[in-house]
Amino acid sequence: MGQEMLSRRAILAGGLLAGGGLMLSLRLPTLARAADSAAAEFMPNAFVRIEPSGTITLIMPNTEVGQGIYTSAAMLIAEELEVGLDQIQVQAAPPDLSKYTDPSLGDQATGGSASIRGDWMRLRQAGAAARVMLMTAAAQRWNVDLAGCTAQRGVVHHAASGRSAPYGELATAAAAVPVPQDTSLKAPADFKLIGTSAKRIDTPSKVNGTAIYGIDAKLPGMKIATLAICPVKGGKLASMDIAAAKRVPGVRDVVQVEDHAVAVIGDHMWAAKTGLDALAPVWDGGTNAKVSHKDILAAMDKASQSQGVVAKDEGNAAGAIAKAATKLDAIYELPFLSHAPMEPVNCLIHVRPDGAEVWTGTQVPVRAQNAVAKVTGLAPATIVINNLYSGGAFGRRLDIDMIEIAAGVAKQVPYPVKLIWTREEDMQHDWYRPYYYDRVSAGLDAQGKLVGWTHRVTGSSVMARWAPPGFKNGMDPDAVECATETPYEVPATFVDYVRAEPQGMSTGWWRGVGPTHNVFVVESFIDELAAAAKQDPVAYRRTMLDKNPRALAVLNLAAEKSGWGQPLPAGHGRGITLQFAFGSYVAAVLEVEVTGQGEVLPKHAFVAIDCGQVINPDTVEAQIQGGFILGLGTALYNEITLADGRVEQSNFHDYRSLRMNEAPLVEVFQIRNQEKPGGVGETGTAAAAPALGNAIFAATGRRLRRLPFGTGQLQAS
Amino acid sequence: MFSLLINGQTHEIDVPADMPVLWILRDVLGMTGTKFGCGIAQCGACTVHLGGEAVRSCLLAVGSVGTQPIVTIEAVGDNAVGHKVQQAWLDKEVVQCGYCQSGQIMAATALLTQTPKPTDADIDAAMSGNICRCGTYVRIREAIHAVAASA
Repeated sequence: MGQEMLSRRAILAGGLLAGGGLMLSLRLPTLARAADSAAAEFMPNAFVRIEPSGTITLIMPNTEVGQGIYTSAAMLIAEELEVGLDQIQVQAAPPDLSKYTDPSLGDQATGGSASIRGDWMRLRQAGAAARVMLMTAAAQRWNVDLAGCTAQRGVVHHAASGRSAPYGELATAAAAVPVPQDTSLKAPADFKLIGTSAKRIDTPSKVNGTAIYGIDAKLPGMKIATLAICPVKGGKLASMDIAAAKRVPGVRDVVQVEDHAVAVIGDHMWAAKTGLDALAPVWDGGTNAKVSHKDILAAMDKASQSQGVVAKDEGNAAGAIAKAATKLDAIYELPFLSHAPMEPVNCLIHVRPDGAEVWTGTQVPVRAQNAVAKVTGLAPATIVINNLYSGGAFGRRLDIDMIEIAAGVAKQVPYPVKLIWTREEDMQHDWYRPYYYDRVSAGLDAQGKLVGWTHRVTGSSVMARWAPPGFKNGMDPDAVECATETPYEVPATFVDYVRAEPQGMSTGWWRGVGPTHNVFVVESFIDELAAAAKQDPVAYRRTMLDKNPRALAVLNLAAEKSGWGQPLPAGHGRGITLQFAFGSYVAAVLEVEVTGQGEVLPKHAFVAIDCGQVINPDTVEAQIQGGFILGLGTALYNEITLADGRVEQSNFHDYRSLRMNEAPLVEVFQIRNQEKPGGVGETGTAAAAPALGNAIFAATGRRLRRLPFGTGQLQAS
Repeated sequence: MFSLLINGQTHEIDVPADMPVLWILRDVLGMTGTKFGCGIAQCGACTVHLGGEAVRSCLLAVGSVGTQPIVTIEAVGDNAVGHKVQQAWLDKEVVQCGYCQSGQIMAATALLTQTPKPTDADIDAAMSGNICRCGTYVRIREAIHAVAASA
């Protein structure tokens, strides 16, 4: 049918570029290597490999999902290794906890905006150690002092004698030099690359159609499949018309996975999809078949009425509130959310009796390997994970269900299977951001000053499912992140957590995780306090930031750049939000217009960020712009609801995404310093909903407490 | 049997008439630059040019193509406007995950070919069919204006 028979290298070299000479090479260290290089190559640590040919490969411990980490991580190594980004290629790390565990996550994972914080020291050290060893090899070869040698652009020089050698020539000798235990790193004043807006190394292949995402991977003899999973969680397949499916031209096989899913395999996606339509599976929903959204809410409300596990108890918040001149309380609600990455989840897998090979974009390669092992019974060491670019993730690819189910299909057939989920299946079988039902209360003294604060979080624990060791004594630290610690000086705080698992729904990590949830609640409620105290929202926050100069600085910067306090046309309003999340300080002002029909139109956003030492300021700006826009569209339009046990939303027509004509201008202002780097990827997203809610209040005097805000709440009086 | 003119080359394709061009490109011809995002023409990731117009190939039945030439992301850079668009995308670092960008570039190229100096309203009208979950709209708009300014 015209499908090319491509060699494995050619398939994987998806990043071949016209201009930059960079190749995304997925040759894995565990595969057989060319005879001449196995012993001679220089790989002093898990992150740098230099071949005698001169090829320099940097191994990336994090997955490129659009956040630019391949470039930023490469910059960290390259800075100390003394090479340019135009002189290196990158390779995704294979699954190997002994080498690639993220220090803060305790797993080989990309998430939590943790990559730069996890890479900041170890990648620079890896580059520095490699450089020192190469220089040492040169000094030994030339019989000169190491101190007289310098390294620049992949070449070691000895100025006094005019000698030089490129790294490739030194590779074999360097491999024999003992790895230095303690290499000093550059002072920030000497950075040539870190802190600059270096061009991203993956983007050229992403503008000419050559970049390979999981969904694009190909193998000779591959078939393509799509699947239907029981629409009700926990239900079963009752019947299906296999004969009808097999009559569709191009259909090869119909394969059931356990009792809750069925895949149709064909020569192409169209055969698979039309075959699945003809298969027309019928489901028995089981115990969750009658669950509705209002059942879940009622259960959440009920659960929220009892005290939960205490997360923080400082001062006597209840007592302070009881004596306060003004008391306020509120219930804030955040909906279930789907991730909806532009690339629907997928997995190409070939299961053989002696091993398996996977091609997909995953945030968790070791979990992926273990999932295949579990399903196939193969030893993990025989399972190769090729981690390709992800067409977005937002946390979806922290779960491995799509890999597990692909393995379940592929183990039943002898050929490689690329299992691609339709958008409908992707949206209806997600690990949803939990519904949160939060009760907050506060007391103000006669001057409007905050004297006591309580916050009870009620919702699912993602931690308990995804990383059980992190869920201890009934406490989910993510559920209360940015609830227990805010930027503000508050004399008495009580925070507790009630775990309430929604019937019939699976929950997972959604961009911004705990902060996206709690910053919305905290910053909306602080705004309510400011209004009750009859004070300006920025001025009110300032009074509680004496001990937090970095938070105060971003607050002031965002306010200043937005023209805070200057008049706006009728129907317009500005909302402010402030957070310390993921190790970074962010403040945002959003200007909106609310029309007479209650339509909310975002106009302009001003975001200030202090993320400590910036690796790539262009990437920081892009992440804030994009993360804020994602959070904004989500806060305006999105919720996932169940009816009769089934998710009601299925595609972008009913799970609306912000579009070009609705997106505001987002300006980003970066405070540059040399503090410890903070995370950036999720910070913009966490700032969007609170800025929106506060802006709507400023524009209309109406306080909305239940997201999403753009779906008619303002039309109802 | 259908005869398709794609990026200047003719391909003989033996598939049902209702098969969308998207899957012919991706799975039959192995041209994976054009992406699948939704299958119902809501997201624009599958955008190609048909007779010079931006169309969603996920709902473009092969039986309706006839002799109209198809151009995909793999060849849009061979054309002066397409090449400028790709270069502007790199200059402005538009791309984040990049998955929607083939469609964005095809839509932007069609717009700029028809309207070399588009207003913001023109951009809204032409580009609002292309969703970007990474939210790169600010830079997409800048890149389109940059191409227009260089014309």
